[in-house]
Amino acid sequence: MQITDLGSWLGDQPAISLILIALGAVVLLYFGRSTAHALSDSIFLGLYRFFRIASASVASGEKKLQERNRVVLLEHGRETVEREIEREFRRVHTIVERDLSGYPMLQREITEQISSIEEDYKLSEAVPPPGPDWIHAIEAVAKLTKKPNGETISAKVLEQIHKASVQQHGEILDAYREQVRERHLKLDGIKAYWRKLTNTIDEVGTVVQSLLDRSRDIDMRMKQYEEIVAATDQAERTLKASSLTQFLISIIVVGIAVGGAFINFHLIALPMSETVSSAGRVAGMPVSDVAGLFVILLEATFGLMLMESLRITRLFPTIAALDDKVLKRMAIMFFVFLLAFAFVEAALAFMRDQIAADNAALRHSLTGTVIAVEDTPINAWIPMAGQMIMGFVLPFALAFVAIPLESLLHSGRTTVGHLLGLAMRMLSTALRMMAMLSRQAGKALNSFYDLTVIPLIWAEDIFAKRPKKTVDNEYDQDSTLVERSSVANQY
Amino acid sequence: MNRIRSTILIGMCLWLNACSEQENYNTAVYLLLDSSGTYTKELSKAQLVINYMLGNLHAGDSFAVARIDSASFSEKDIIAKATFDARPSTSNKQKRDFSIAIDQFVKTVKSSAYTDITGGMLQGIEYLDETRAHSKYILIYSDLREELPEGYTRDFELALNGYSVLALNVTKLRADNKDPKEYMQRVADWESKITSGGGSWHVVNDFEKDGALDLSMY
Repeated sequence: MQITDLGSWLGDQPAISLILIALGAVVLLYFGRSTAHALSDSIFLGLYRFFRIASASVASGEKKLQERNRVVLLEHGRETVEREIEREFRRVHTIVERDLSGYPMLQREITEQISSIEEDYKLSEAVPPPGPDWIHAIEAVAKLTKKPNGETISAKVLEQIHKASVQQHGEILDAYREQVRERHLKLDGIKAYWRKLTNTIDEVGTVVQSLLDRSRDIDMRMKQYEEIVAATDQAERTLKASSLTQFLISIIVVGIAVGGAFINFHLIALPMSETVSSAGRVAGMPVSDVAGLFVILLEATFGLMLMESLRITRLFPTIAALDDKVLKRMAIMFFVFLLAFAFVEAALAFMRDQIAADNAALRHSLTGTVIAVEDTPINAWIPMAGQMIMGFVLPFALAFVAIPLESLLHSGRTTVGHLLGLAMRMLSTALRMMAMLSRQAGKALNSFYDLTVIPLIWAEDIFAKRPKKTVDNEYDQDSTLVERSSVANQY
Repeated sequence: MNRIRSTILIGMCLWLNACSEQENYNTAVYLLLDSSGTYTKELSKAQLVINYMLGNLHAGDSFAVARIDSASFSEKDIIAKATFDARPSTSNKQKRDFSIAIDQFVKTVKSSAYTDITGGMLQGIEYLDETRAHSKYILIYSDLREELPEGYTRDFELALNGYSVLALNVTKLRADNKDPKEYMQRVADWESKITSGGGSWHVVNDFEKDGALDLSMY
């Protein structure tokens, strides 16, 4: 039988030809098994390595970022606590300077008061009435011999003495009463001193109590400070929670400030067109609008500078490092600028009202509407006054946006850093999962390949007793290598 | 570090340059009023359109109103024109003066014997080109029946690239009622003339419809 005959015969037998083709394919696949495995391994192992290395790199980056976040968080926390401690010390200084600077005078006053009290007390001591010195003389006189008529010689004398003594007793008693009255008056005078002394001591007590409160606060802050400096986990957790809260609060307040700026912008945009051309456009915005926006940004900047000069915010270290005198001058200058802008805005608000009224009149004239005089609102000055007040107040209100802005910038850095770290961690996990998926896909593909040539592999195992090749080993070895390289990368 | 600084500097320069380019967003409108025959009766209605335009045009926009008479390719036919000042107070004054000029015209207008719409459009193109506005509109307040005096030639293509042409209040004539095809043919002819010149063509008869006269819609 020739080959052409075999071909035509096989063409007539589709089942047999199909079996032959399948057998041929199995044989071919068997011989190409090692090459196919190598190809599959190189692809999936390559993917596996790529994802593992990428995951390790991202994890390493995330770790570095977390470390950096931690450093920034602790540094910011340290700075904040330092500022709080400084503020507490400044308060203590104020108390000491205000209340205790007069302490020597107070002490002298107390001493004087005590001396006065002592003196008065001494003066108020009871002086015993003078003793009857002449008692012995009376006794001697009384012993003199009696006369025959029974009268003693001294009777007359004694009578005189009695009279004199009664008189003297009365005088002494009067003098004593007078002295007692004077003493009572002195004691009554002491009462005022006592009251004054009590008040003075109470005052000192309040000041000392206030100082004690401050010292307790300082103790608490110092404890926080020590924890932050020691970089404890507790300090980090506390600061993280505080930072997130600050971030949210700051966003709300800055959002409100942006709303205020938006209102302010609309208040001055129309009148600005009267002073600056509104025909030209910059980046799609009329020049007058750009000018209005610029004025608002300028006001916010002046406000920021004012807050910096007053040491309320510390966004610019250069300003914070300036001398107190310079800062005072700067504060006055920026306040004057803000005041000038407030007046300008009030004037613009007034002009806005005029322009709006003119526009309304034009619209009425164009549409042919006639406004009766009685239809004109009498209290038209109320919105105008309102606009002017708003125009005056808003620049100052905008100045305070520096405080939440500073808080937002500081807390935003740590919060965004934390979120970025979280995203990197998720990415690292996803890449690791992709690596696992690649590894499993490679294994599955090899197993599937082997499944197609299973009879031949079985036969080979029986006859050649060849040791079974483990695909897992390669991946596992590679996994160890990748892990080692990632560890090496981290350091 | 230096490279980063240079990149930032170049970026800022480019941004400032892009910002400082003052793009022209202005609008220019040229309104042609048909003053031929019985159409003069419709002019009081046109006044409303003009006032509407005055109310909606902004600083830097240009507006001109011209009549269509027997030979309209002339500056003399421009009744009022203005490029509105950037200052609202001045701009409002210009608008008031404009409105007064139109009012006087409507009160004193005399019918013309012929209707040279193409000549008026040519004049309009000339005026609008000079304004260098970003959006240019020609409004034709007419029944669109063109009647030229003997010897006048208007059989050429109009250069209307970038123009929007709005035919307003295209009234039906008595003859149109007898044979509506005439009306439709007239409108179709004008449409063909405008579009072949590169312009866009719109017919607005119902002014009460929302946004009918809002030029940004066209």
